[in-house]
Amino acid sequence: MIELKDLCKTFNASSGTVEALKDINLTINDGEIFGIIGLSGAGKSTLVRCINLLERPTYGSVIIDGKDMTQLSRSELLKMRRSISMIFQGFNLLEQRSVLRNVTFPLEISGVKLSDAKKKAMELLKIVGLEQKAAAYPAQLSGGQKQRVAIARALATDPRYLLCDEATSALDPNTTRSILELLDQINQTLGVTIVVITHEMKVIDQICDRVAVIDQSRIAEVGKVSDVFTNPKSEIARELILPQDRAALDTTGGQKLRLIFDGNYSQEPLLSKLILECQAPINIIFADTKEYEGAIYGHMIIELPSDYRQADKVITWLRSSPIKWKEED
Amino acid sequence: MFSEMFYKLLDKNLLQLGIWETIYMTLLSSLIAYVIGLPLGIILSITDQNGICPNSFINRVLGFIVNFFRSIPFIVLMVAMLPVAKFILGTSLGNGAVIVMLVIAAAPYVGRMVESSIKEVNSGVIEAAQSMGCTNFQIITRVLLPEAKPALIHGAVISMVTILGYSAMAATIGGTGLGQIAIIYGHQRSNDDITWICVLLMVLIVQAIQIIGTFIERKTDKRIK
Repeated sequence: MIELKDLCKTFNASSGTVEALKDINLTINDGEIFGIIGLSGAGKSTLVRCINLLERPTYGSVIIDGKDMTQLSRSELLKMRRSISMIFQGFNLLEQRSVLRNVTFPLEISGVKLSDAKKKAMELLKIVGLEQKAAAYPAQLSGGQKQRVAIARALATDPRYLLCDEATSALDPNTTRSILELLDQINQTLGVTIVVITHEMKVIDQICDRVAVIDQSRIAEVGKVSDVFTNPKSEIARELILPQDRAALDTTGGQKLRLIFDGNYSQEPLLSKLILECQAPINIIFADTKEYEGAIYGHMIIELPSDYRQADKVITWLRSSPIKWKEED
Repeated sequence: MFSEMFYKLLDKNLLQLGIWETIYMTLLSSLIAYVIGLPLGIILSITDQNGICPNSFINRVLGFIVNFFRSIPFIVLMVAMLPVAKFILGTSLGNGAVIVMLVIAAAPYVGRMVESSIKEVNSGVIEAAQSMGCTNFQIITRVLLPEAKPALIHGAVISMVTILGYSAMAATIGGTGLGQIAIIYGHQRSNDDITWICVLLMVLIVQAIQIIGTFIERKTDKRIK
């Protein structure tokens, strides 16, 4: 379990002090995939570096498995870091080492015999699907392959935690999806607790159990992904989750309603029913819904007919229906 | 075609000896300059404020010493440092003294070369090593030096060519080699062909160093291919 308590981090810049993190309180449970989302500059990269103390917090404590990281001696800290691996946006592979020797690297520095390290590395390369690239060098690999090597390397020391700092931000959508699937598989088969830092909601949406939304150095909102996704409470969460529908609202026309799908009614063709029963033409301006464990979550913005009688009919129908909705302006 | 002096030098094996002396002074001085310059460059890069153990005091003191020696022209440095050679070797004349001068001049230069090569190592890779629990010593020996290897070899070639150039000035304090032959037998006795032959031989040595260096650099760098 990772517990962050009253965490603060300030940097001394030439222009004065910059508060990168303010009063961060978070608990990340064993076995979960925890997402931290925010815009760039929100402090999320600093936050993840405070977990393994690549950045030392100015105030507060980082408690991992009951140990306060900030109180450890240098050698205890180095040892502890072997159970908290990290992968990066830029992959950060050793360019002069082969794929195999990149994966053996963390084992070598912890004193494992090279022959044993190589055996272990081959097993890990098999897990990430790159055993045939063992002799290649990073320069010969694609971005997705490099990140797979980085993941294999991160798993070499059998870590309990894996920190992912924008690990898919440099990858195309298909590669992103396959890397996220790999992380999900690692979480399920090896039981590694994963912390995912990202600015992309779709990353959170695909693999995370819970999410913290961070804005201007503070945590704006924490909760189950499905809750935050359907009912974002903070302004920043709404902005991250529903970024595209701002443009939709700018279009001129009749009154607009936002329908919220929170997973309670999945199979019924609600919209068709609405249109048929009200005999009213409805314009769908924006829709972003996803299926999550068999239920539908998301938002849809519809435009009511300009005829006020028809519009009233639709509103009355919606009032008596189980659909959650609200007027948009 | 050639002057009488040329055949005389050949007969007495003086030209061949000159080539050998130039190569040997360059190689030996480069080696000693790296023994001093490599650790110096490592310390300069890691004590930098963006390095793995920032220490502005050590960085500034070493940086000042390096800049001090680098700002003195070699010909002046050679004369000024004669007492140092006398202190180390007991004499301020001959090739031994020349090597001391070459090392004094080259070590700070090499230090800067090594520093800039190490600073080229991707900071993300260093951060990754830190996240794995590497000690600073492990980062130096297993990350910084191996990752900087092609740049270090590239720098070594440049340093050796510079040292070769310096060694030609050695005649001033009684050193031997191609520089001395060019000045004494070529310039002072007005045998232009000897001067030009020495120039040609030095060009060939530089080319050889460059070709071998580039070959090793290509061979070690795993980023291309």
